Amino acid sequence: MEWTDEGIVLSVRPHGESAAIVTLMTEAHGRHAGLMRGGASARHKGMLQPGNTVRAVWQARLAEQLGSYSLELDESHAADLFDDPLKLSGLAAACAVADRALPEREPHPAVHAGLQALIHAMRNEELGDLWVAVYVRWELGVLAELGYGLDLTSCAATGTNDELAYVSPRTGRAVSLSAGEPYRDKMLAMPDFLIGRGDGAMADLLKGLDLTGHFLEKHLFNTQGEQSPASRTRFRDRIESSTSPDMIG
Amino acid sequence: MDELDRVMHYLAKLPGLGPRSARRAVLHMLRKREVLMRPLADALGAAAEAVRDCSVCGNLDASDPCHICRDDSRDASVICVVEDVGDVWALERAGAFKGRYHVLGGLLSALDGVGPDDLNLDGLIARSGAPEVKEVILAMDATVDGQTTAHYISDRLAGLDVSITRLARGVPVGGELDFLDDGTLTQALKARRAL
Repeated sequence: MEWTDEGIVLSVRPHGESAAIVTLMTEAHGRHAGLMRGGASARHKGMLQPGNTVRAVWQARLAEQLGSYSLELDESHAADLFDDPLKLSGLAAACAVADRALPEREPHPAVHAGLQALIHAMRNEELGDLWVAVYVRWELGVLAELGYGLDLTSCAATGTNDELAYVSPRTGRAVSLSAGEPYRDKMLAMPDFLIGRGDGAMADLLKGLDLTGHFLEKHLFNTQGEQSPASRTRFRDRIESSTSPDMIG
Repeated sequence: MDELDRVMHYLAKLPGLGPRSARRAVLHMLRKREVLMRPLADALGAAAEAVRDCSVCGNLDASDPCHICRDDSRDASVICVVEDVGDVWALERAGAFKGRYHVLGGLLSALDGVGPDDLNLDGLIARSGAPEVKEVILAMDATVDGQTTAHYISDRLAGLDVSITRLARGVPVGGELDFLDDGTLTQALKARRAL
């Protein structure tokens, strides 16, 4: 068995003294792990940072084996984000979410393409904070790919698409202001940028993160008896602290 | 398990040693029983008894506070924060830093489940608040985990009257541009300075 693919480094675990088990988000083979000999060495540390893109050759005698990777750096994205705490935490969060949420060896080319687009948006200085909106949309895409897509097009109760203000935490469908008012304490806030309104302010982007975070936990993380990855929680906290300067940490 | 097997069993657990090299090491020590094996055993026993974590900086030393924290000739206004004791040794080897250290004992890592509570952070915050401290150098690895930890510490120290700096990143001594990875080159260009 042998294949060649493009991959984004999601995580690296040391294995023995010098090897590492590298998990990649590949284009055609989904989230796929493999053993890389010498992967724990200082020589490969730069390449094996989360978010970097690599050219991967995977080999194994049988398809179900862990197999071994031979990797070559394609683009080094992580180092470019080291000095930006928000982007760095966003990159770590995206890689951790992909690593935890996606099933192994199940192709999801749309998630791969979305993650690549997100990383490029992070590196594009001209986009400003717009990359956070791309992040939220990527998480919505992950949910949709795994069968838990949200329906934000019209109100679940009235069928109209006027004044959509809430999202049902149970069904993931949009709810209008009037229909959702009696249940407002239980509803999730609808981020304006997801329905083509607003100017993408950080507070609105935070609503988006809370929205996807709720459904990621409900459908993917909690079912495995786990919580959201710590790096995603830290990313969310950073967004929150950037909306209110008094909150730090 | 006889005595020889036990020695080999424990030696084989050391970094860089496997069962074969452990066997070779034991054989070598047995041949030099008086000049190597007994002194080594004594030294290991003494180190196991005496060496402890420094209650100030987290360094390993036979005394508490460690010899660096007790050294009055060192600059108490600068604290260099490192991940591990090995990093203290590396910086001391270079001899370029004459301030004090603070050993975190790890890096924030979602993968390994290491959170802020697992790091020696409270001590750092307390030390950084001392009036004589003017600068905190965050000497973390140039990795996603290392820099995430650095940003986290920077946030925690934000309210204190200290300047927070980090180590430079770029072309290593003896490095050839053609052999550097893209990330290092990008960092080196960003950190360029006037000649």
